[in-house]
Amino acid sequence: MVIEIEKPSSVRLSKVAISKTHGEDSPYFAGWKAYDENPYDEVHNQSGVIQMGLAENQVSFDLLEKYLEEHHEASSWGKGAPGFRENALFQDYHGLKSFRQAMANFMEQIRGGKVKFDPDRIVLTAGATAANELLTFILADPGDALLVPTPYYPGFDRDLRWRTGVKIVPIHCNSSNNFQITPQALEAAYQSAESMDLKVRGILITNPSNPLGSTIQSSILNDILDFVVHKNIHLVSDEIYSGSTFSPSEFVSIAEILRNRNYKDAERVHIVYSLSKDLGLPGFRVGTIYSYNDDVVTTARRMSSFTLISSQTQHLLACMLSNHEFTQNYIKTNRERLNKRYDMIIQGLKKAGIECLKGNAGLFCWMNLSPLLNEPTRQGELELWNIILNQVKLNISPGSSCHCSEPGWFRVCFANMSEQTLRVALQRIHKFMEQRKVCSVNR
Amino acid sequence: MGLLSRKVTCNSHGQDSSYFLGWQEYEKNPYDEVKNPKGIIQMGLAENQLCFDLLESWLAKNPDAVSFKREEQSIFKELALFQDYHGLPAFKKALVDFMAEIRGNKVSFDTDHLVLTAGATSANETLMFCLAEKGDAILLPTPYYPGFDRDLKWRTGAAIVPIQCSSSNGFQITESALEAAYQEAQRKNLRVKGVLVTNPSNPLGTTMSRNELDLLVNFVTDKEIHLISDEIYSGTVFSSPAFVSIMEVLKDRKLENTQVWERVHVVYSLSKDLGLPGFRVGAIYSNDPIVVAAATKMSSFGLVSSQTQYLLSAMLSDKKFTKEYISKNHKRLQKRQNKLVSGLEKAGISCLESNAGLFCWVDMRHLLSSNTFEAEMELWKRIVYDVKLNISPGSSCHCTEPGWFRVCFANMSEDTLKLAMQRLKSFVSSITIDNQTHQDLKNMRKKNRTKWVFRLSFQSFHDREQGER
Repeated sequence: MVIEIEKPSSVRLSKVAISKTHGEDSPYFAGWKAYDENPYDEVHNQSGVIQMGLAENQVSFDLLEKYLEEHHEASSWGKGAPGFRENALFQDYHGLKSFRQAMANFMEQIRGGKVKFDPDRIVLTAGATAANELLTFILADPGDALLVPTPYYPGFDRDLRWRTGVKIVPIHCNSSNNFQITPQALEAAYQSAESMDLKVRGILITNPSNPLGSTIQSSILNDILDFVVHKNIHLVSDEIYSGSTFSPSEFVSIAEILRNRNYKDAERVHIVYSLSKDLGLPGFRVGTIYSYNDDVVTTARRMSSFTLISSQTQHLLACMLSNHEFTQNYIKTNRERLNKRYDMIIQGLKKAGIECLKGNAGLFCWMNLSPLLNEPTRQGELELWNIILNQVKLNISPGSSCHCSEPGWFRVCFANMSEQTLRVALQRIHKFMEQRKVCSVNR
Repeated sequence: MGLLSRKVTCNSHGQDSSYFLGWQEYEKNPYDEVKNPKGIIQMGLAENQLCFDLLESWLAKNPDAVSFKREEQSIFKELALFQDYHGLPAFKKALVDFMAEIRGNKVSFDTDHLVLTAGATSANETLMFCLAEKGDAILLPTPYYPGFDRDLKWRTGAAIVPIQCSSSNGFQITESALEAAYQEAQRKNLRVKGVLVTNPSNPLGTTMSRNELDLLVNFVTDKEIHLISDEIYSGTVFSSPAFVSIMEVLKDRKLENTQVWERVHVVYSLSKDLGLPGFRVGAIYSNDPIVVAAATKMSSFGLVSSQTQYLLSAMLSDKKFTKEYISKNHKRLQKRQNKLVSGLEKAGISCLESNAGLFCWVDMRHLLSSNTFEAEMELWKRIVYDVKLNISPGSSCHCTEPGWFRVCFANMSEDTLKLAMQRLKSFVSSITIDNQTHQDLKNMRKKNRTKWVFRLSFQSFHDREQGER
């Protein structure tokens, strides 16, 4: 039992400061702790915990390093640092024009040139984390709601709700139709919000999806857009994994849907992007908001003062992403390598008797372990997760941390380690599944 | 069409204030020594451009810091992946050492209490999110940095209640002013959560006296509220009295294990001292572990680029460099401030005696046509459009007395400053004549003649405006 100790006199910190809405006390984070205490290392700690809960892209660093070796001016402002002063002083919240231009081009290339992006509609933020929070501040007031399809990225609980005071109402998706969003689910979520007296301000989708690792179909994107128009609300499309689609033709951006409709109703649509996943640069804090709404662009730009991208980093990436030869090769090669990794893990899991949702994007697969649960409940899932963490020594993300309504699903990352390490992980899974078969036979 | 939040439609971002309009005018017609010698000289931007040569020479000698190498080994991958909101340990260590060095090593800082943020703008907002919410107020001495209206109030919903300071005592904070502000907040049904001071002060350019600091500590102790000390200009103190940090006061008064200790928070940044506003490097330092924990998590919304953390960890770990930099920075700022002060003197303009910052707090009350803010705006517009200097009017800083202006001196070359002073001198001469003539004629009884003179003196202003567009 926890005994609450009252702080003397007035409450000194804000409600936001002492709330738990940052979500960091969830069991999800306990997995990280276990990894931190006993991290796997190919050489020094072969029995350690393998981190498979971190959606990082480590498969294409060689391409980035090669670029940097051949283009010193990108990281050093050129010989004798001629651009240094100007760069060091540059804190304009419009962002470096050359960088915005390069970002717009890069986003176009990822979408196979099927749509165009206007650099003046790009607002820069320190990561997609900041972009999503910022958009929420702009689109909703405290106490309002955003609808988000489940399962979703656990970070949204903090990013969309914590300081904004906005609520998330889930759009429940399930395995009966591969977790696709349906008009019925949309309507149900909207009604649910209304019954709780919450004003719905918008829908936030992640496409390609985290944690599903799959793209949203055209027809569904059209359904969603019809829905937001009908309800007169906003649509945020977080396309952070757009460059991580294994085959370029399979990703359809909301921008394309809009273009097909001649940009009618575009002013309620906003796209979030970042270089953290496609380029593997989460440390550099590069996020963007692309909005078709002028008021949103203006306000987002002003708000971005709280979360500007280092001009040093903007300069580096402006150089890199303006290099057409580099970006073309990078996008193509990155896709191929991710595809290869995906095939490897799917085959490996299949051999172990484990099925996954059919995926076509992202840095992870959505694994179905429901047949292994002691009981088809969240508790059962957490028990299994604990076994996988402590016995198999793999840190994977339980579906409950992603608010999945069906227990037994897990997100497993495959791009944040070497191929060798992935093989070791698959071997461990195989062994674990073999042992379970033996155990169940002997019961 | 779906409506947008109240944050979009409200004006708390403050971008419609005159402070920003002056910038707009400058953007339309910026001074350039060669290309546009008649353009507007920017004197409203508190940037430190005096020591870039020192930074550039350090960069030339330390290429590894920008080529992602540590002892010849590539650490690119490590940095690219590093997004831990606890910050790069080597950078935090270098930063706390630098902060201590600026304070003459009279105090030391613990990296465990430091939270990195994308600039002081982010640090101040984040602290406010931790300490206050709608219905709460934070007390700020006037005049204050215009950006605070946005940074402290916009998204947090908190309110600012001013602590009125006046020229009668050099704009120092007094006990009665503190108490009056507190009462004012209560009258407005606001819960006072704390006091925020900028020390050295923007826009005054002065360090807070030990007496003021003691007053503050006593006040926040008595009221059991927080104290935020934004020490962003701590490295720009170029003459005596020496800078006294709030931490030094707490230490000297042996308050480390008392309740007030955990309610004092310091904000810092490298934007002013090091002249690197583009790199977005700010920090919160707090003795309250709960604030540190909450602020650390919140920093997810505004982390410092790992590329930049690495560069600066290398630079600030170089103690030979930091020692030289701090010393040269002081000397150059002092020299430059002296040039501004003497130039103003020649124009018959005095300013508040200052020992820090990148600007002076200039007294132009004698140039006002009346002791009103309308007259201050009139004068400001003439200085922007006529004299072609963008300076910041005191009203944008919430100063209670009209006629004061903040004039920056470290964001331009010495020649440009000289030119600015010449323009100002000419302007003052011309309006002194105008005012004198006006005064003489006013003493005569003919209303028509007075009107005619008015028309004349403002005619030239309008003519020039038309001509230049």
